[in-house]
Amino acid sequence: MTVANPPIPTSHHTCPACGLLCDDLPLDGLGSISASFSCAKSQRYFSQAATAPSQPASVNGQACDLNTALAAAAKILQNSQQTLFAGLGTDVQGMRAILPLAEKCQATLDHMHSESSVRNTLAMQNSGWQTTTLSEVKNRADLILAIGTDIVSSHPRFFEKLVWNKDSLFNKGTPHVVYLAVDEADTQAGVAPDGTSPTVLAADKKALPAILNSLIAMCNPAYAKSNKAASVAGLSMAALKALLEKIQAANYAVVVWSASELAYPHAELTVQSITQLIAKLNEQTRVAGLSLNSGDGDISVNQTSTWLSGFPIRNRFKHQQVSYDTQHYSTAVQLKSCDALLWVCTFNPKPPPNFAGPSIVIGHPNTQFERPPAVFIPVGVPAVHDSGTVFRMDGSIALQVKKLQASQHPRLFEVINQLAGLMP
Amino acid sequence: MITQLKNARVFDPAHKKNGVVEDIYISQGRIVAKPSDTIKISTSLDLSGKVVMAGAIDMHSHIGGGKTNIARMLLPEFQASKHYSEPEAHICTPGCSHFATPTSTETGFRYIEMGYTAAFEPALMPVNARQAHLEMCDTPMIDKGAYALLGNDDYFLRMLASQQDQKAINDYVAWILHSTQSIGIKVVNPGGINAFKFNQRRLDLDEKNRHYQVSPRQILQSLSRAVHELGVSKPLHVHCNNLGAAGNFQTTLDTMRASDGIPMHLTHIQFHSYGKEGDKQFSSAAAEIAEALNKNKHITADVGQILFGQTVTASGDSMMQHLNARHANPKKAVLMDIECDAGCGVVPFKYRDQNYVNALQWAIGLELFLSVEDPWRIFLTTDHPNGAPFTSYPHLIRLLMDKSFRNDAFAKLNLDAQAMSNLLSLEREYSLYDIAIMTRAGAAGLIGLKDRGHLGIGAAADITVYTDQADREAMFSKPDYVFKNGELVVKDGKVVKVVWGATHTSKPSFDVSVEKDLSDYFNKYQTMQLANFKINPDEIADDGRGSIVVHSGKHSDETA
Repeated sequence: MTVANPPIPTSHHTCPACGLLCDDLPLDGLGSISASFSCAKSQRYFSQAATAPSQPASVNGQACDLNTALAAAAKILQNSQQTLFAGLGTDVQGMRAILPLAEKCQATLDHMHSESSVRNTLAMQNSGWQTTTLSEVKNRADLILAIGTDIVSSHPRFFEKLVWNKDSLFNKGTPHVVYLAVDEADTQAGVAPDGTSPTVLAADKKALPAILNSLIAMCNPAYAKSNKAASVAGLSMAALKALLEKIQAANYAVVVWSASELAYPHAELTVQSITQLIAKLNEQTRVAGLSLNSGDGDISVNQTSTWLSGFPIRNRFKHQQVSYDTQHYSTAVQLKSCDALLWVCTFNPKPPPNFAGPSIVIGHPNTQFERPPAVFIPVGVPAVHDSGTVFRMDGSIALQVKKLQASQHPRLFEVINQLAGLMP
Repeated sequence: MITQLKNARVFDPAHKKNGVVEDIYISQGRIVAKPSDTIKISTSLDLSGKVVMAGAIDMHSHIGGGKTNIARMLLPEFQASKHYSEPEAHICTPGCSHFATPTSTETGFRYIEMGYTAAFEPALMPVNARQAHLEMCDTPMIDKGAYALLGNDDYFLRMLASQQDQKAINDYVAWILHSTQSIGIKVVNPGGINAFKFNQRRLDLDEKNRHYQVSPRQILQSLSRAVHELGVSKPLHVHCNNLGAAGNFQTTLDTMRASDGIPMHLTHIQFHSYGKEGDKQFSSAAAEIAEALNKNKHITADVGQILFGQTVTASGDSMMQHLNARHANPKKAVLMDIECDAGCGVVPFKYRDQNYVNALQWAIGLELFLSVEDPWRIFLTTDHPNGAPFTSYPHLIRLLMDKSFRNDAFAKLNLDAQAMSNLLSLEREYSLYDIAIMTRAGAAGLIGLKDRGHLGIGAAADITVYTDQADREAMFSKPDYVFKNGELVVKDGKVVKVVWGATHTSKPSFDVSVEKDLSDYFNKYQTMQLANFKINPDEIADDGRGSIVVHSGKHSDETA
């Protein structure tokens, strides 16, 4: 007779590897998560922190103590006339420390995933939107419409936790899944546990504005009479009509998109078409949007920046004022004119972009560089070496992440505060 | 260290002092009795002729949490123009700020500069409590606190639908107060936010939620009884059904009747005092509402005055804000269904004095202020930022205290609106004593802050000193001195020292076994675990700036 392994108890530990912020991780009792845990993204997150070398701080590639590195960093910042703070892979506490330093340095701020998140922000600031959160999806959604995203590449447990869940408050059936502008090959996650296939409407993502605006127009009954087109972007009008009727018949349809998947110029207009379709449908029925985030603290940084500076990210401190410019304050534009770069990246070991001037990197201890930066200060990784507060993808929930193992790495906000203390 | 404030003209309604000239002594952050002659006075300020009141308390102001931050994010164009000072409306003065979305930091500074030493966030959504506290912890100078939203959460509605007894409801309500670090309970559009998720578009007091088959009346009665029986000082904070709808005064009157003698606070009542008389089917029902308030001594209300200019409305009432989004200016709105807990609706508004409805809303608010007889039961609010930014309070105070100023303003309004208001017939002018009741003693008494809102021995030394000026707007805009916990923090309307206030909470005792069912509920239906939902007191004190004050309730067996 074999004795089964006892079940590994689930902890309350929060995983910041993606925007779902799962807090039901099984721990292995050794300061990491259990190897049997199904989420590859989470596994990678914890293992790349656990296997990080215990390298010290460095100046121009030469190991040194923290104070030497801080002094070198302070000197660079003091000599800078136009400083860019980029990356910003951090949590609420990190951002609380970074903003006062940015004010001292009169710096420009951008997050590494702003190129995506700005598409959402611009659409929201232009015409508003109607959205929902994860628990509403779990309990209410009876139709999931995924636009231009397979969802699981960025948010691996989305279907497991929010769509195929057996328990729901209102005893809804298993939701039907529709993919729009997603390749058939990427739709396996949408196959229900009972084998029901999702509906797939394959199309080029760049054709989404035409498709979405056709759907909006079709909400108007008069359109059906005047329309002469047989198809839009390769999709037949009959298929679009069937989709619209499916949404209208649902009790609570959820439309999911990922701004990072809409990587073409002026994709904010595509996001806006999605939100306008949702607004139009809500005149009669209930439909809500859910945008997938990119990670690395993008939501946390945007939220904290907004309540402390008045603006979401891509903002600048200058002349005792804060300004906001989603185009000119991008990392790509600023790298052409700034004379110093502070790159913060604590969740993942992502090195800074190529830059001719001096770079200060405060980040993941596993960061590998092609060319050593002027200053590198490794700091603790959130939820592994450091505690903090992180916002979930839906923006309404903030959860604490806790330290999982002892670490010699300093905490980001302490390093930033010390650096600010060295500035005049 | 003793600080002496000499020859202060004291307005302290809690001790019935109406302009009494006396000396105040401060030691270790508290007001103390006159020390013996042998004890050295370290600082003495001669306040001859100055008006002295306790620090003001804003009992309803949206200062932190999801929807406040959405409002900031939605409207970068307001941030960019915040130094804009030209009046946008005919009757506003430059001091009447149009800056609706201050940062957390600015919120603290603008409040203290006006002599306010505390503000209470009236709509903390339990699942969003962490964010609300993060923002409030980043708000310097003033004390803070919050009322937690209940009554649209699926957990509570399930309890009500399955006819759980009042004791179980009470335990859940107390657990929410503890878990969210709040001081009171609020209900917004009872049942309506939830019903909107089932595609119901309006909900009257006796109309049932399609799924749960419970009515707003049942929700109100259950929650107000829970708050009352738990001994929480702050009565249930009620945002009635049918916000902003013509003819909604009937719902408001019915809600008062539904209270069944149990204390209830009706918030931003101006938005709930609308009739549908006249050609435009929108009229003032302020007289009916004021009459009912005068009669029902167990009901209190704050006004939610509107003032003209650009602002943004941020409410938990997703159902009614979805309707109101038609009037958005600029034309955009954020609406959310949130976590089987509640929802939110953020809709920018520009109130214009030449618009019939807006002009009448302005008049209705003032009619209410002037017709409700007891200043202890009506509170000065603009429902910041919904009716106007809190920075316009000095302007509002002048409207209440200065009849000719008020009447001049009225004469510039939309003429049809003037014809529909009895404002000119209301002669009343508020006194300094009345203002001190509304903004100090009354507010502290309502919330249950025993050592705030007054200047008695043992009170926290939150003190505001004004120069008596005929122009009450100028007077209340810029105090000479403000003391926070005994420290001089504002001089001549400018902050001279940065301090960090406390977070006020109420923690009635309850049966901890309530967590058993809740834990199961969280595991099955929510997307975070119960342990992560709860706000640990350390989270508020973690950076060494914040602290938590627990207020004992009306019952003697209260846990501290």
